[in-house]
Amino acid sequence: MKPVRFDYVAAASREEALETLHQEGAAARVLAGGQSLLPMLNMRLARPGVLVDIMGVAEWRQIKEENGSLRIGAAVRQWQVEALPRLALLQPLLAAALPWVGHPQTRSRGTVCGSIAHADPSAELPLVLVALGGSVHLRSRRRSRTVPAAEFITGMMATALKDDELIEAVSLPKVRPGTGYAFREVARRHGDFAIIGCAAVVSSEGARLAVGGVADRPVARALPQPQAKELDEALDAFAWDMEARDDLHATARYRRELVRRLGRATLEEAARCRD
Amino acid sequence: MPRLSALERHLVSFTLNGVAVSGEAEPRLLLSDFLRHVLGSTGTHVGCEHGLCGACTIEIDGRPSRACLTLAVQVEGADIRTVEGLAPAPDRLSLLQECFREHFALQCGFCTAGILVSLNALLRDRPEATEEEIRTTLSGHLCRCTGYVSIMAAALAARARLGKKPGKKTNA
Repeated sequence: MKPVRFDYVAAASREEALETLHQEGAAARVLAGGQSLLPMLNMRLARPGVLVDIMGVAEWRQIKEENGSLRIGAAVRQWQVEALPRLALLQPLLAAALPWVGHPQTRSRGTVCGSIAHADPSAELPLVLVALGGSVHLRSRRRSRTVPAAEFITGMMATALKDDELIEAVSLPKVRPGTGYAFREVARRHGDFAIIGCAAVVSSEGARLAVGGVADRPVARALPQPQAKELDEALDAFAWDMEARDDLHATARYRRELVRRLGRATLEEAARCRD
Repeated sequence: MPRLSALERHLVSFTLNGVAVSGEAEPRLLLSDFLRHVLGSTGTHVGCEHGLCGACTIEIDGRPSRACLTLAVQVEGADIRTVEGLAPAPDRLSLLQECFREHFALQCGFCTAGILVSLNALLRDRPEATEEEIRTTLSGHLCRCTGYVSIMAAALAARARLGKKPGKKTNA
């Protein structure tokens, strides 16, 4: 349970971080809060040649409101977002989900962007990003690009990130008037990885449910309004389409049943929160 | 900052329980091992080494954090507090520690250092913390002896006793 040997670069600027990634390519890993990467290092599931610590890059420490979105920089820790005085008014889904992310003792170090880069299929923050239709801002020495959340996560712990790129920030759409948001999760203990997590966004224009922990990535789908007769059938189809598998924590059948029941409960709660 | 080579040891300095300390660490050395093996500060225990059990919880710049999920080189210049910093004097217990003793909130003691650090930070920063907040804080720790009931009793007793001496932002 000790990491392999690696070099360590505490980048003082964006340029220094990107230059190191450019030089090192696949041998380099970005270190932010370390709450996903350090377990991977300790278990030697990750064997990087060099770690690039980006927490010293001042411009990545910012949380900004721009173009109707909340833009969270790569060096923003989860507790800092949780502590925003107006978070529940800015983006209620993020406010509802953050307390489920690990524990206070990991949110103190872990970053929002780091959890999204790790792309664990049962993690809450990628689920919220997909539910809201947010986007991921990537940058390498040569270029920057913005990728929609659903395109960024390409599979179990797999993303569209290139070797010389890092996540510079993520953008989450701010609350919209007349829209309700809800987050629910089933886990063995609070703070454990979710068996399933549900995030719902409901307005008069439509209902949307995103589910984590069932498919190999968080999946969002437009569904009928909670009061509609067709919802049960649509949830059942959604549950089957995610091709749940048995694992140590739950059977596929149990996961499908949770999609039906927790999915409905989450949509209903979001509908109630519309006003 | 220059690149720290994997094959060499590098000087790391920070404040540990109010005292300036330094030692040498390879980049890959975990803070938990740095505290125990380099500095000889063995109050911090090492359990699972992947962030689940909470035994190694320490305070980094005022926030409870996992020492096993932190590299020593990451805390250069930081303010670190461990269980050794809780007692006001070598022959005295903190109020929280005293409550743990009175309520039999530990048996083998392996998880206790981390739990004390987490609860101390909670009750220091939020003396009015609700029972639910205490439970949420405890959810970041595993204890295989007590069943948590006695730990909750100790935490609630500490909260009650702290409520009687308001205005002191010190160790619980």
